[in-house]
Amino acid sequence: MTTDPMAEIRTSFFAECDELLESLQDALNLMDEGEHDSETINVVFRAVHSIKGGAGAFGLDALVSFAHQYETVMDEVRSGRLVPDASAIKLFFRAADMLQDIVRTTRDEQHPPPGIEDMLALLKALLHEDAQELDEPVAFTPLGLSLEFDLGAPAIDVAPAEIDDDFGWTITFTPNAGLYASGNEALLILRSLSNLGHCVIRCLVPEDLPPPDESNAETPLLSWRIILEEDVPESDIRQVFDFVNDVCQLQISPRKVIDDLAPTRPERISPTAEAALPPVGSTSAKKPAGDDACPISSAASKVSLVPHPRPARPVDTNAHEPATMVRVDMEKIDRLVNLIGELVINQAMLAQSVETAGMSQQSDIMAGLESFMTLTRDIKESVMTIRAQPVKSLFQRMARIVREASASVEKEVRLKSVGEYTEVDKTVIERLADPLTQMIRNAVDHGLERPDVRRAASKPPEGQITLSASHRAGRVLIEIEDDGAGIDRPKVRDIAIQKRLIAPDASLTDAEIDQLLFLPGFSTATEVSALSGRGVGMDVVKAAITSLGGRITTTSVPGQGTKFSISLPLTLAVLDGMVVQAAGQTLVVPLSAIIETAKLEEQNIHRLSASGMMMRFRQELVPLFDLGQKLGFRDMRDIAAAGIVLLTVQEDGRRAALIVDAIMEQRQVVIKGLGQTCGHIPGVAAATILGDGQIALILDPGDLVWGGASSPHFDTKAG
Amino acid sequence: MADNQLHASEDETELLSFRVGTQEYCVEIMLVREIRGWTRATPLPHSPPHVKGVINLRGIVLPVIDLSARLGMDPIEGVDRNVIVVVSVGEITAGLLVDAVSDILTVSEKDMQPAPEIAAGRSGRYIRALIVTDEKLIRVLDLKTILPGENQDAA
Amino acid sequence: MSLNILAVDDSRTMRDMLRISLTGAGMLVTTADDGVHALEVLEALHPDAIISDVNMPRLDGFGFIEAVRRIDRLRATPILMLTTESAPELKARARNAGATGWIVKPFDPQKLLSSLQMVTG
Repeated sequence: MTTDPMAEIRTSFFAECDELLESLQDALNLMDEGEHDSETINVVFRAVHSIKGGAGAFGLDALVSFAHQYETVMDEVRSGRLVPDASAIKLFFRAADMLQDIVRTTRDEQHPPPGIEDMLALLKALLHEDAQELDEPVAFTPLGLSLEFDLGAPAIDVAPAEIDDDFGWTITFTPNAGLYASGNEALLILRSLSNLGHCVIRCLVPEDLPPPDESNAETPLLSWRIILEEDVPESDIRQVFDFVNDVCQLQISPRKVIDDLAPTRPERISPTAEAALPPVGSTSAKKPAGDDACPISSAASKVSLVPHPRPARPVDTNAHEPATMVRVDMEKIDRLVNLIGELVINQAMLAQSVETAGMSQQSDIMAGLESFMTLTRDIKESVMTIRAQPVKSLFQRMARIVREASASVEKEVRLKSVGEYTEVDKTVIERLADPLTQMIRNAVDHGLERPDVRRAASKPPEGQITLSASHRAGRVLIEIEDDGAGIDRPKVRDIAIQKRLIAPDASLTDAEIDQLLFLPGFSTATEVSALSGRGVGMDVVKAAITSLGGRITTTSVPGQGTKFSISLPLTLAVLDGMVVQAAGQTLVVPLSAIIETAKLEEQNIHRLSASGMMMRFRQELVPLFDLGQKLGFRDMRDIAAAGIVLLTVQEDGRRAALIVDAIMEQRQVVIKGLGQTCGHIPGVAAATILGDGQIALILDPGDLVWGGASSPHFDTKAG
Repeated sequence: MADNQLHASEDETELLSFRVGTQEYCVEIMLVREIRGWTRATPLPHSPPHVKGVINLRGIVLPVIDLSARLGMDPIEGVDRNVIVVVSVGEITAGLLVDAVSDILTVSEKDMQPAPEIAAGRSGRYIRALIVTDEKLIRVLDLKTILPGENQDAA
Repeated sequence: MSLNILAVDDSRTMRDMLRISLTGAGMLVTTADDGVHALEVLEALHPDAIISDVNMPRLDGFGFIEAVRRIDRLRATPILMLTTESAPELKARARNAGATGWIVKPFDPQKLLSSLQMVTG
C-alpha cells in the first residue's frame, strides 16, 4: 500500500476514468438510439471534460490534448452548433474507444496508442472553420490562478528605479456594486495589497454620504487611494485585483511624489481618512443584509458532514446503482475470500474430529457445530456477493469489439445488450473476456451476412447481435445471439469430413453437427479471415468456458440466426463436489458433471478391445473407464471386481462412465489453484483441501476422457 | 575464521546444506522460505517421477519435488525423518524433499568453485558450483533448473 | 488557516485533490458531488468559502452559485469557481451568477490557498 496521497489520487483518478468512460458509452448509446436531449449530450461532455480536468492535474499531456479536442467537439454539439449525424456518432464511439486506449496506456505508462493524430483530425473536421480556429492550441499547463492582464492599461515607459524619489505605486480603487454582490470584500483586497509592501491608504468618502440602511447596504460609496511604497511588478498588484477587475474602477500608476499630495478626484472627497493596514478595522464599507452572517465571524462554526443519499446518475435508467458505495481494494476482498475458504476447511476438519471423537449426533457440540456450519455458509455467500460485479463493463468491451469487427468486414452490425446489471464473480468476468471476444468476432465474421445478402433475404441490412446475461437456477446464463444465416450444416459436415473429423458416411443429427464446431482445429470460414484468424476457434472458446466450470451449447435455425448459450457457476471459489476414492487416492468430481451413480454390474459391461470398454446404461452404451487407471495411479485390473460408476456428462451431452472404488460424501469444497508450477495436468481442474488437511484433486471428467495432452486450453488461474 | 563470520563481508553468502543420499547439497539461505517435516503428498496424475505431488502449506497448494529423483538417484520414499525445504525463486515456490538438513554455512564467493566438466553429467546441469570444506564436497544447487516452471524439461 | 470549505465537483479526482490540498493546510473540507447535492449540504453547513466546478450534472456551477446567492446567510460567502478555461465570457457568466473569483484547473495548491486567503481574509 502506498502512502503517497498523490499516488492514491492517481489510482483513484484512473478508477474514476473507468466510470466516466462507462457513462460516456452509455450516453453515446442513447445518442445512437436517437436520444438527443441536452442531458444526454451533457453527460458525454462532462465525462470527457472530467477526464481532461483530472489528467491536467497530473500533467498527463497526451490525455489532456485528446480529451480537449473531443470536448471541443462535444461543446459544439451541446451548444447546438453541430448536429451529429449517424456517422458523427460512429466517430464519437471510436473517439471514446481511443480515449479509453489513451487512458489505459497513460495508466500503464506505456506509449500512447497509434492513430491519435488521425482521430484528432477526424474530430476537428467536424468543427466549423471558425470553431476550429478558436480551438487552436490551448496552452494547458499546470498553472494555478489565471492571470488576466488588462491590455487597455497604460503602458509604463518610465522605469521607476531610475528616479530616486519615484518608486512604488499609486493605486486608485473604486468598487462597483458587483464587487460586494459577488462575495468580494474591499477590505480584504486592501489587506492583500498591504501584504505586498507598506501601504498608505486613504479612504475617499463622498461628502453627500447617505446614512447606511438596508436599501443601500451593498451600494459602494467609498473609494480608496493606496500608495504602495514597494517596488513590486505591476502584475503582482493586478493579481490582487484579479477577481474584481470587472467590478471596480482601477488605476495603477507608478508613484510620483505629487500623487501623495494631490488626490485624483478632489471633487468627491472632503475629509480624508487615512489608515495604514494592517490591522483591519471593524468598519466595513459593506453590510450584508443578514449582518450576523459575516463570513469572518462565522469561521468558528464547524458543521460536521451530514450523511446524504448519493444522487442517482442521470444515465442510469435502470437505477440499479446502490445508495452508498465503498470502494475497496480487490486484494482485501481476495484475502477475505481466502480466509473464508480456510474457515470452511477448518470447520470441516472440526466436524471430522468431533465425529472421530465419537460424539453423539444429539450432543450439544453437534448442534453447535451445525449452526456454525450454517453461519459459515452464510458468511461465504455474503463474501462471494462482494466479488460479484455487473457484467456491464464486459458487455461494453464487446460493444467495442462489434464496432471494430464490423468496420473491418464492412458489415452493419448493432449490438443489443440485455441484463447488463447481472452480477457475476469478478474473476469469471475477467476470464470471460477472451472467449466472448472470439464469439462476438465469429458472429460478426461468420454469423451475419453482408448487407446485400441480407437485403436479398428481406432482412434489414443491419445485422443484430444480442448479448444477454441472466441468472438461472443458481448459475449465470450468458447468450450471444445473431440474426444471421444460421449454421450452414451441410458445409460444416463437409468440412468435418474433409478434415477427417467424422466418417464420410456418418449419420449425424443437427445438434451433433453443431457440436463439430467445437472440435479442435475446426474453422468454418473457407478462407481464413483477418478477423477471426486461424487456429483460435470455438474449441479454444469451449476450453476456456469449461475451465470456468461452465458449459456451452448452440441452437441455430437456418436463415434466422445462431445462439450460443454459456452457463456458468456464480462463483469460482467454491464448488459442489462428490468426494470419491480411486486407487487409494481421494478425489473430487464436480457435482455438475455427474448425472447419476450406479453399481457396476458385469452383465452391463461390453468389452470392445483390450483397453476399450462400454457400459450399457438404460438402453444407451457409454464409454467406461477406470478412474484410477485413467489417472495413471494403477495398472489395468479386472474391473468386474470394482463397484461403483459415476455417469458423467459433458456440456455437449457426451457421456462417460467412470469407475470409482468408493463414494465418500457430497460436499462443498473450496477451489485452490494448482498454480503455474504444476502446469496443466490432463483431467485435473484444480485442487482442494479436505477435512483431514490433505489435498484432493478436483477432476475435469471431460478433459480426462476426451481431452488429453493435445487439448488446447486457456491458462487457468483459479484460486 | 570466527572473526570472519562475525563480520560477514559483502561477498559472503549463507547457505543451507542438506543430505540427499550420500551427498551434500546446498542452496542460498535467502531462497529458503521454511523447513518442514514430511507429510504425505497427494500425487499428481501423469507427472514425472521427481514430482512427488502436492501438499497443503497453510492453505497453499505446494508442489513437492523429490530432489533425489530430480538428480537422477533413487526416489526418497518419504519417512518421518525426511524434510521438505520450501524454496522460492521468483514467482515459483516449491518444496524440495531431502533426506535431512545438515548445516548452515557461511561461504565467500571465492570459496565456490565452478562445477568441473566431469560433474556436467546427468545431474551436472543442476549444480551451480562446488564448495570444498575440510573433508567434504558440497554441491550448490541451481534452483532455476531444478524447479518446474516455464523452462521445464521433460525429465 | 482554519477555514470551513465546501468543495463541489462531480469528479472524484478533483474532489480528492481539493480535499488533500486544503486539509493539508489545516482546513475543514466538506465535499459535494454536484450543485443539488451542495445545496443540500449547505442546509446544514455554513462554510467560510465555497469552491465549485462549472460543469456538473443536475445543477451546474452557475445555477448553483445563483442559488447560493439567493440564500440570505450565504449572500456574502466567497465562492471560487473552478474552470478549465480562462475564457472571458466564462468569467463574465460566473461573475453574473455571483462568483467571487475563479481558479483555473489544474490548480496549484499554493495558488488555491492564497486565493482562498484573499477572499476570506
